[in-house]
Amino acid sequence: MNDFVSLNQGSGGKLTHELIEKVFVKRFGMAEPLTDSAILKDSGFTLAFTTDSYVVDPLFFPGGNIGKLAVCGTVNDLAVSGADPRYIAASFIIEEGFPMHDLVVIAESMAEEALRAGVKIVAGDTKVVDKGKCDKLFITTSGTGILKPDMEHIGTGKRIKPGDKLIINGPLGNHAIAVLGARNNLSFSTPVTSDCASLNHLIHNVLDICKEIRFMRDLTRGGLATVLNELAVMIGSGITIDEASVPVDDPVKGLCEMLGFDPLYLANEGKVLIVAGTGEETRVLDILRSDPLGKYAEIIGEIIPDKKKLVVLNTSVGGKRILDMPSGLQLPRIC
Amino acid sequence: MKYIDEYRNKDLVMKLTDLINKSVRRDYTFMEVCGGHTAAIHRFGITSLLPGNIKLISGPGCPVCVTGTDFIDKAIAYSKMEDVIITTFGDLIRVPGSASSLEKEKAAGADIRIVLSGLDALEIARINSEKKVIFLGIGFETTAPGTAVTIKLAEKDYIKNFFLLSAHKIMPPAMEAIIKEGVNLDGFICPGHVATITGSAVFNFIPEKFNLSCVITGFEPADILQSILMLIRQVNRNTPKVEIQYSRAVTVNGNSIAQRHLSEVFEPCNAQWRGFGVIPSSGLMLRKDFERFNVENNTPVRINFQEDNELCICGEILRGLKTPYDCPLFADICFPENPLGACMVSNEGSCNTYYKYRLTK
Amino acid sequence: MCLSIPARIVSIDGIMAEVSAGGAIFKAGLHMIENAKVGDYILLHAGFAIQKISEKEAAETIKLFEEMNNSLNE
Repeated sequence: MNDFVSLNQGSGGKLTHELIEKVFVKRFGMAEPLTDSAILKDSGFTLAFTTDSYVVDPLFFPGGNIGKLAVCGTVNDLAVSGADPRYIAASFIIEEGFPMHDLVVIAESMAEEALRAGVKIVAGDTKVVDKGKCDKLFITTSGTGILKPDMEHIGTGKRIKPGDKLIINGPLGNHAIAVLGARNNLSFSTPVTSDCASLNHLIHNVLDICKEIRFMRDLTRGGLATVLNELAVMIGSGITIDEASVPVDDPVKGLCEMLGFDPLYLANEGKVLIVAGTGEETRVLDILRSDPLGKYAEIIGEIIPDKKKLVVLNTSVGGKRILDMPSGLQLPRIC
Repeated sequence: MKYIDEYRNKDLVMKLTDLINKSVRRDYTFMEVCGGHTAAIHRFGITSLLPGNIKLISGPGCPVCVTGTDFIDKAIAYSKMEDVIITTFGDLIRVPGSASSLEKEKAAGADIRIVLSGLDALEIARINSEKKVIFLGIGFETTAPGTAVTIKLAEKDYIKNFFLLSAHKIMPPAMEAIIKEGVNLDGFICPGHVATITGSAVFNFIPEKFNLSCVITGFEPADILQSILMLIRQVNRNTPKVEIQYSRAVTVNGNSIAQRHLSEVFEPCNAQWRGFGVIPSSGLMLRKDFERFNVENNTPVRINFQEDNELCICGEILRGLKTPYDCPLFADICFPENPLGACMVSNEGSCNTYYKYRLTK
Repeated sequence: MCLSIPARIVSIDGIMAEVSAGGAIFKAGLHMIENAKVGDYILLHAGFAIQKISEKEAAETIKLFEEMNNSLNE
């Protein structure tokens, strides 16, 4: 690997995976495959436990701010692992001179979101560093929740079979575009707002009624394409995606056309990929669509037997191509 | 979205594919010159729709790919100077120079900013009057008029700290060089956006001198398929000519206002094309009246010219002689995260496109 | 970065316009086109409108697609 860490290695794609593998995973003795939350069994309890850092730039964007993002992100990592999120710890690294008013607004957002999600922020830490030693504010949140019965397969996908259907709860790329638009250093603007939201209630409704849910993962940086590629490798099987079924809002499309981005690789903060057993998908769709956070849910693809573990896109005009893992940076500091 | 969705209609594409299948009588080889076409063809999986006797070759129309290592090295040298801001289109940032790249220099602290337009770069110069703002001008006839307008605005408003490092080039001489190379071709899928500016007439020499077919093509799947059909028909009838498929944006004479801006500010010069060496009169340099904007006049730099990786066959790929699959480095040690040549870096580069959008075999 | 897309002019202020691609708004210099009006569609490239899109020609192209389907004379 290179001598100095590069921005590319934080983008969520192949280079990030390589960094994590080579520097951290083996040294920490972590169990593989890596999933959104660690499942911990101790003295009769089974807990899900997760942690994330938030370095989004700018701190405030249409649809949210770094605080709301931190709570939603951790809640979602627990929820997609099949757990009921319960407790969050939040650490703040603050740059000297940061406006107190902004810190209060961010803390308010976190409190509001925690209430909405039904979780408690129970521990925290605060450090202030010299001006220039961190970019305004970084937040790290860790969270834990109790795993619902018989949910351990949800993070690893080991019950997935060919024919199982892939579903997402709404349009892709809104978070990335909202953040990019808020940066103001590229000359465009959009009406797009971040999809940042806690999905635990939505997921709870699905898991309560549907018993054939094989896998879930939330789509963050690196987008849908990253999760699909990770999944294909994890289960040793192939995936086909129907491009025409994947919902993307018009302004996101317009921006992607102009800037050469692919919405399938853009970050989201309120989207979950659900793999449902054959026959279960319509029920999942109905439950999702009856909720504001799943109104535009769609079935987008299927698991297929393929030893090469490829993700194949059936394009909107009837052609075929491979949807690869993203390489380096599409957009830095998106979450 | 209007003027996009209609040309991505699946039924229409299926109909055109069907017509193509019914029209083929022999093998055909067409070259798409423009990187935008290479990207579109692969993004929509068009190759998977065509019959096996139609071969598409990618040509040198990716401005990033044909920009030499020396240009990047010069840009890097300028970025290391005091009080310099480099402004560039995004693709250039990851192109490998002989020892580094703009991206790596940015990580090391150089002030290098991505812009969407020369106008953005000029704005940066207005705001940062104490710094030298250097705009890296790459692109063909589609992009160069915008740079010309920017230079004229800088002149009008006395912006003394705005400079240009130009690698602008024009397409027809490169197309002629390819034909003279002896690449086996039946015709060209001609660059639609270049022709928006130049008009279709600049390509007339291709059928007239060389008997090859030309269709000026748009960038949506239906455009590309319709053009392929038009090319097949020209070849079948042996009537090589220049036809305009992209008539909603292209005329015979092109955009005369843009052409005027271009010729006021730039004049042709010899230019170095990666993979081709020097092609006479294929580059654009600032005219005497605007010489002062040329950063190399203001502050010359010295660079150590180094050859590209000797196994890299970007040059042959750009000339249409080989495909990325012929390269020993492709998908092995040369891939998007670790590009060894420009064809792998740019979103429009052949190698990058083939890698990203490859089909299941 | 050398992409061009069709966008609709939503407002004009002197020589600069704001154009919309599906609702994403970009700035476009009108230095290279004449008689631009709000509602016109232009090709946006690197911050400039490089050509107006001809509605008439666009309709012709679509019509031609349909006609091609009917005629297969080689």
